[in-house]
Amino acid sequence: MTAYLIRRILNAFPILIGVNLITFALFFMVNPPDDMARMQLGQKYVTEEAIDKWKQQHGYDKPLFYNGGKSGTAKLTETIFFQKSVRLFLFRFGRSDSGRDIGADIRERMWPSLAIALPTLLLGLAVNTSFALLLVFFRRTYLEFGGVTGCVVLMSISALFYIIAGQFVFGKVMKLVPISGYDSGPAAIKFVILPVVVGIVAGIGSGTRWYRTLFLEEVEKDYVRTARAKGLSETEVLFRHVLPNALIPILTGVVAILPLLFMGSLLTESFFSIPGLGSYTIDAISRQDFAIVRAMVFLGSVLYIVGLVLTDISYTLVDPRVRLQ
Amino acid sequence: MVYYTPMDISRIVSLLGLCLLGLCACEGPLNNPYPARERQANIYYASFSERPKHLDPAVAYSSDEYRLIAQIYEPPLQYHYLKRPYTLVPLVAETMPEVTYFDQSGQPLPADAPTDRIAFSEFLITIRQGVYYQPHPAFSRDEKGRWRYHHLTPERVEGIKTPLEFADPGSRELTAEDFVYQIKRLVHPQLHSPIAGLMQRHIVGLADFAADMARRYREEKTEGFFDLRPYDIEGVRVVDRYHYSIRLHGKYPQFKYWLAMPFFAPMPWEADRFYHQPPLQEKNLTLDWYPVGTGPYMLVQNNPNRRMVLASNPNFHGERYPDTGEAADGPAGLLRDRGKPLPFIDQVHYLLERESIPAWNKFLQGYYEASGIGSDSFDQAIRFGVTGQARLTDTLAGKGVRLQTAVAPSIYYLGFNMLDPVVGGLDERHRKLRQALSIAIDYEEFIAIFTNGRGIPAQGVLPPGIFGWLKGPEGINPYVYEWKNGHPVRKPIEVAKKLLAEAGFPGGRSPATGEPLLLYFDTPGGGPDDKARLNWYRKQFAKLGIQLVIRATDYNRFREKMRTGNAQIFVWGWNADYPDPENFFFLLYGPNGKVEHGGENAANYHNPAFDRLFEKMRNMENTPRRRLLIEKMQEIVRRDAPWVFGYHPKNFTLFHSWLHNVKPNMMANNTLKYMRLDSADRARLRRLWNRPVWWPLGLLLGMMALAVVPAWLSWRKRRQATAL
Repeated sequence: MTAYLIRRILNAFPILIGVNLITFALFFMVNPPDDMARMQLGQKYVTEEAIDKWKQQHGYDKPLFYNGGKSGTAKLTETIFFQKSVRLFLFRFGRSDSGRDIGADIRERMWPSLAIALPTLLLGLAVNTSFALLLVFFRRTYLEFGGVTGCVVLMSISALFYIIAGQFVFGKVMKLVPISGYDSGPAAIKFVILPVVVGIVAGIGSGTRWYRTLFLEEVEKDYVRTARAKGLSETEVLFRHVLPNALIPILTGVVAILPLLFMGSLLTESFFSIPGLGSYTIDAISRQDFAIVRAMVFLGSVLYIVGLVLTDISYTLVDPRVRLQ
Repeated sequence: MVYYTPMDISRIVSLLGLCLLGLCACEGPLNNPYPARERQANIYYASFSERPKHLDPAVAYSSDEYRLIAQIYEPPLQYHYLKRPYTLVPLVAETMPEVTYFDQSGQPLPADAPTDRIAFSEFLITIRQGVYYQPHPAFSRDEKGRWRYHHLTPERVEGIKTPLEFADPGSRELTAEDFVYQIKRLVHPQLHSPIAGLMQRHIVGLADFAADMARRYREEKTEGFFDLRPYDIEGVRVVDRYHYSIRLHGKYPQFKYWLAMPFFAPMPWEADRFYHQPPLQEKNLTLDWYPVGTGPYMLVQNNPNRRMVLASNPNFHGERYPDTGEAADGPAGLLRDRGKPLPFIDQVHYLLERESIPAWNKFLQGYYEASGIGSDSFDQAIRFGVTGQARLTDTLAGKGVRLQTAVAPSIYYLGFNMLDPVVGGLDERHRKLRQALSIAIDYEEFIAIFTNGRGIPAQGVLPPGIFGWLKGPEGINPYVYEWKNGHPVRKPIEVAKKLLAEAGFPGGRSPATGEPLLLYFDTPGGGPDDKARLNWYRKQFAKLGIQLVIRATDYNRFREKMRTGNAQIFVWGWNADYPDPENFFFLLYGPNGKVEHGGENAANYHNPAFDRLFEKMRNMENTPRRRLLIEKMQEIVRRDAPWVFGYHPKNFTLFHSWLHNVKPNMMANNTLKYMRLDSADRARLRRLWNRPVWWPLGLLLGMMALAVVPAWLSWRKRRQATAL
């Protein structure tokens, strides 16, 4: 397994370089350093000298990919791409274009993102698997038909609607929870309740249908028929046999997205004013802060790769037939 | 397996209910976003949607930055809170600056000397004695007089989250040196002050100083603190501990307004030195993030991702509420606190609200003291009476909410690129084309549709409240409006059509080709949100038979088009830096042309007659002669019509009944110190407005219980079913 992991890590490097290259090219095609300087310097009284000074101070006064004025390796290293990208591989994110330490910001903002994403994932998992099991339990009845129809309806509604409706009903009409905001420590609980509930409800439709498919596939297998033939009740069959076996794809799917939970949710964080990493990225894009965008895209890529590796490992743990070589 | 009897379930539910009731008793309203300890505290709550980029007074320039730093940094002057027109008064200056003029040989000139003889003007500023900075570790010294926190190591800042967490903060008296240090910082090689270029043109020796510092900075390759103190600016001088002078090129009376902006607030060098320590910078503890000032408030918490907290400065120098104001201020209760020490509010909490809907709902619940009105919620808040007067809806009026409106010192206009061969040029033909369009584009309709009536149509360059703006028939744009029944009325479209025909485009068509005249409207955006607005512009041009082509692009490309003169027609805006007509007319001054000179004259308008008048007017005091010149300038630009004068936006602010001393002041940003709030009344109303409503929850649980019934029936049926 160690050899497999080393190989996967080595394979990750070209992927990360590629992602970096594409992000860099896209960003600079839309947004050259002059425009970035203008955006940072404001609207009024922006002179060419000020733009040059900003570019020089932030290291944007070099060529993008190739520095013909230098010799040797400096032709490649004395470029914006090299200077801005290499340190990322050491997880040194540097300073944002507005001067803040990006690493410190990420460390601070990942906790609120996790505070929302983790309970939403775990509780959502419990709710969705329960509903899915119920639908399987009542399969081929009008209850299943009604349940699936309900899931399709829930899936068809925009996530934004759930957020606004949740804020309206629970925050404005019923006045049970704050409409938006965040606090640290135990005081965060009252702010987390509504986004978590909204996140769970918004995910019920798709989650339940997906898990129902997995369970249905499982209940048709031979061992289930054998269990029934032995005289086990349907409840016992579902909970003792179907659920543990169907959990394998569910758990591996969850493991894959676990690292990405740090990255937060753009919409939820924005509407509930949660100071997480999702809103951090959105802010950076709207401010054209390339340093942050680059760091967040890189981090997202790394976490995605980590997620895939963890999935592979989790396969070996939950299914003894799988070996990583 | 554990089984619960109905009795157990009942007990659990009761226990949960009791816990919930307990929670209600402790916290007040369940939806209260603030801790219980703050329930009756003298705290002002406000929201912000985007974190400020900079809090360094040399760099900060936008309104969201000023609303914060203006409470902390104190420049020499400020705007009187109540008086109108806007009047400058001393803040940390003892008196208004003494201005002396000098000729080319350095000889003093009388105050009424002709402008062309004045080679230099010198502002002598006397600052107040006994003004102290907020407590801060940058000033702290040990028993032997050594700096306690100027040589920090990573270990010493372990666990420190704000500079105020250092154990022994210090302070010191404000001196003239601090003001001079800040002027040097405007051209600091590590900073990007937006007014650096502008001030280098005005302050004697600042350009040379900037070049010298840039050279030294390059040579020294300093990463940390780059000390500016050993170097001097030729025109800026510390006279003694409480006096300093600034020498300017020529006459520039508007400079006094700059002295009321945070750019010229004092900066202690110790703070600059302190924040340049790497262990602090790695924790994002910088001068750009934690200001050090003498103002009524100091920043004690700065988490722009969530909350920024200002607390009253214990060293504040004891300013008092104004004794005088306008005639209506007394009856309006705005002089009730006259002579009382400021500030009235202990803390100000700014909370992040990224979206307008939650912020608005929290205002309605009493969790914010004041609010603007978004277009989504406008109908909930405002209705217009038969006279067009904006009034609050019954719901808001019933809550005791009050409304204040004020016209902003801003203008939005539709500009023509005067370098463009089709719409530009000062000849009669092109002028008539622009005049025709000025009549056809109905900004009254625009204001009604797109701003919910929050604006007044512009009659010229100047908004109300700026010297030179005229009310009544004298103040209207005679090329676009007529004065009828006591109101300006837009001229009929037939007049525009006639002008267009005289311009050579009868019926909006080119006589040579017979094709409709094609004009191009350059704009950033162009997404679904802009569609209605852009269609509206198309329709306005279509009234004259002109076909308008929308060239939408992203903001960066749009700015590039403007810089290179490739835009034809565009919409632009300007918000005044200070209440002087010069700050509006310079937008049309030829040598400020955007394409040729990179200035703020986006239309690239260049009329020598206008420029001559501007050069005379800009350096004058507000005298009848200046007013006469302004009238002439207005007449020239109205006739030439390089802009279709759009509108001046009108700000609508709502505030709750417990907030007192609120008067809109569109120039001053340091107004929080005048506000007073009745926190007991606020707590009472919050409780009243936020009683939990439980029945929808019961309804929901009932519906879920009902859904269980068919499931149970189905389950029972299955249990009872036989195999065959």
